[in-house]
Amino acid sequence: MSDPLPTSGSLRRRLTLQLVGSAAILATLLFFVVLAFARDTAQQTHDSILLASATSIMDSVSVQADEVTVDIPYAALSMLGNVSDDRVFYRVSMRGSILTGYEDLPHTDQSTSSGQSAFDTLTYKDDSIRMVTLSRRLSLNGAPADILTTVAQTREGQATQLAQLSRSALQLGLGFFLVATILAIWAAQSSIRPLNQLTAAVSRRGPKDLRPVKRPVPSEMIPLVSSLNQFIARLRTSLTRSEDFIAEAAHRVRTPLATVRTQAEITLRRVEKPENRASLREMIRAIDESSRAAGQLLDHAMVTFRIDSLERKDIFLTETAKELVDRLQPIAELKDIDLSFAGYTCPPITGDAILVQNAVRNILDNAIKYSPNDTAIQVSTQETLSTVQIHVEDEAGGFADMDTDALTHRFTRGENAAGTVGSGLGLTIAREVVEAHGGTLIIETSKSGTGACVSLCFPLALLRPF
Amino acid sequence: MRFLLVEDNVSLATAVLDRLRMDGHVVDHATDIAAAEDFSATTDYDLILLDIMLPDGDGRTFLRTHRSRLIETPVIVLTARSEVSDRVGMLDLGADDYITKPFDFSELEARCRAVLRRHGGDSSNQRRFGNLVFDPLAGTLSVSGNKITLRNKELRLLEIFLNSPDRIYSKPKLVDRLFSYDEDVSENAIEVYVGRLRKHLTDSGVEITTVRGLGYRMSLV
Repeated sequence: MSDPLPTSGSLRRRLTLQLVGSAAILATLLFFVVLAFARDTAQQTHDSILLASATSIMDSVSVQADEVTVDIPYAALSMLGNVSDDRVFYRVSMRGSILTGYEDLPHTDQSTSSGQSAFDTLTYKDDSIRMVTLSRRLSLNGAPADILTTVAQTREGQATQLAQLSRSALQLGLGFFLVATILAIWAAQSSIRPLNQLTAAVSRRGPKDLRPVKRPVPSEMIPLVSSLNQFIARLRTSLTRSEDFIAEAAHRVRTPLATVRTQAEITLRRVEKPENRASLREMIRAIDESSRAAGQLLDHAMVTFRIDSLERKDIFLTETAKELVDRLQPIAELKDIDLSFAGYTCPPITGDAILVQNAVRNILDNAIKYSPNDTAIQVSTQETLSTVQIHVEDEAGGFADMDTDALTHRFTRGENAAGTVGSGLGLTIAREVVEAHGGTLIIETSKSGTGACVSLCFPLALLRPF
Repeated sequence: MRFLLVEDNVSLATAVLDRLRMDGHVVDHATDIAAAEDFSATTDYDLILLDIMLPDGDGRTFLRTHRSRLIETPVIVLTARSEVSDRVGMLDLGADDYITKPFDFSELEARCRAVLRRHGGDSSNQRRFGNLVFDPLAGTLSVSGNKITLRNKELRLLEIFLNSPDRIYSKPKLVDRLFSYDEDVSENAIEVYVGRLRKHLTDSGVEITTVRGLGYRMSLV
């Protein structure tokens, strides 16, 4: 039918990828924020213990008889030991000279005035340490003396704690990413759903269904649907217009033809002269030929149009054949042709009932037309393993040596057709219809050998989805 | 028989009227749906011939009201369209049959006969002549009470003779009436059918005589 349309990617995939991408960025951000916050909190806790320790050491510094004495309380160092097993360093100095503690403990770069504290992170003896420096001004021999108390602790415990924290943050980030991804897929699916539903609703339609799309759609799809509806409306208008035109044209052509034909018949009954009668008969035949040709051309146009978008419904060929035999009985009777039907009800085939009826009718029309008076036409239906077949068997002499394949080409007529009105489109229409339904049209000599047997073989509608 | 013809094209209608009256039928003519409804409400017709495209609407509208009024009169639609679905739709709406314009009058007659037969033609259509009782609808002939079924051509030949007994019909006239125009038939073919009919009429008190040089005539012995 039509080539597959070029695609510019999938909307759902694009939406999913964008949502998952955002989720990944958010998850990474979350990881770092949580980590920074945890690190900050840990640092602050550590700092306040260091400060408490330094303050309690500072409190133990006193001036007695112009001497500065330091009596480091046990608790000042043991409170740090409670936090972790990290090593603790301290130093108390006055005017740059060490009073007690580690001499090589680094000095802070920050200037500290009395009562103030400064925090540093430094490296000491190849270990990273956190250090607090507290300053206090004492009065010694009437002169001010600045005391600096420094307490430091290595940070191995903190590092372990941080590693734990970052693991938790990582788990949190991954968990968030996972949940967000599931939500993204669900969100993409549900935003695409109205589009899928619209597609399904439109593609389910039959070729004759040209109603506008009325189902509620999201507001973003309104422009698309209203364009679609406008398009459907235009198509409907143009189809109605051409159908009306064909009907009107047929009416305009056939009504005067009918008048002429009837008048000619009346005149023929009144005139006596053989040459006048002969020309009147010629006239009637010419009228029949043109009206039949016009009819078949219109039928052929209709068949071509309908084949383009084939309807798929169950058709019971036995019923179709019976109806047509009933319908054509009066015409067969005119020639005393014994038109009969035989066959049991066969399983259905799938297709366009109007087309199939038209095809069978053309075959039957031909059979009646080319059969001599007082002969028989037998219509039968038959079921094989994979097909349902209609056979039309006549006693009209058959197609003799004619190329039976050529007969089904447009405007070709059999050798016995001379002297009979016809356009040669009947078999063409029948063959096109049968082939559009995946079947075959077979023309052969009838079993009795006195005529032709035309068979329309349609595939069984067995493989339908239930 | 009494016909109602609903057809807006006056020249076609006139021709059809002439043709039907030629065969001795009584025909009323309506040019639109309104007139057709008036006619069908006041007169009992044997058959209605209905055109589809009419000036005041679609013939299908008439069909619908016609059927809703439960009038039994059979309707044959005269259509200028050829789309099969249209024809099918017409039958669904209650038309008994349809025929495509331009139509062969013998086909129209055959369809009328078939439709009337389905509707169970009444005995008022029976013709009597001598010992013959002829029912053109059922296609049966009784000779002194014995029923004989006639083939179509025999039936039509008998009908022609019975329409005006004692009249002489020439062979060419009979060919026109019995065979369609696209058949090339020699006038001798008529002899075959006259021969068959004569066989059915043996001992009936009715005979078909050959009038040399002129044709055939049916008369009482």
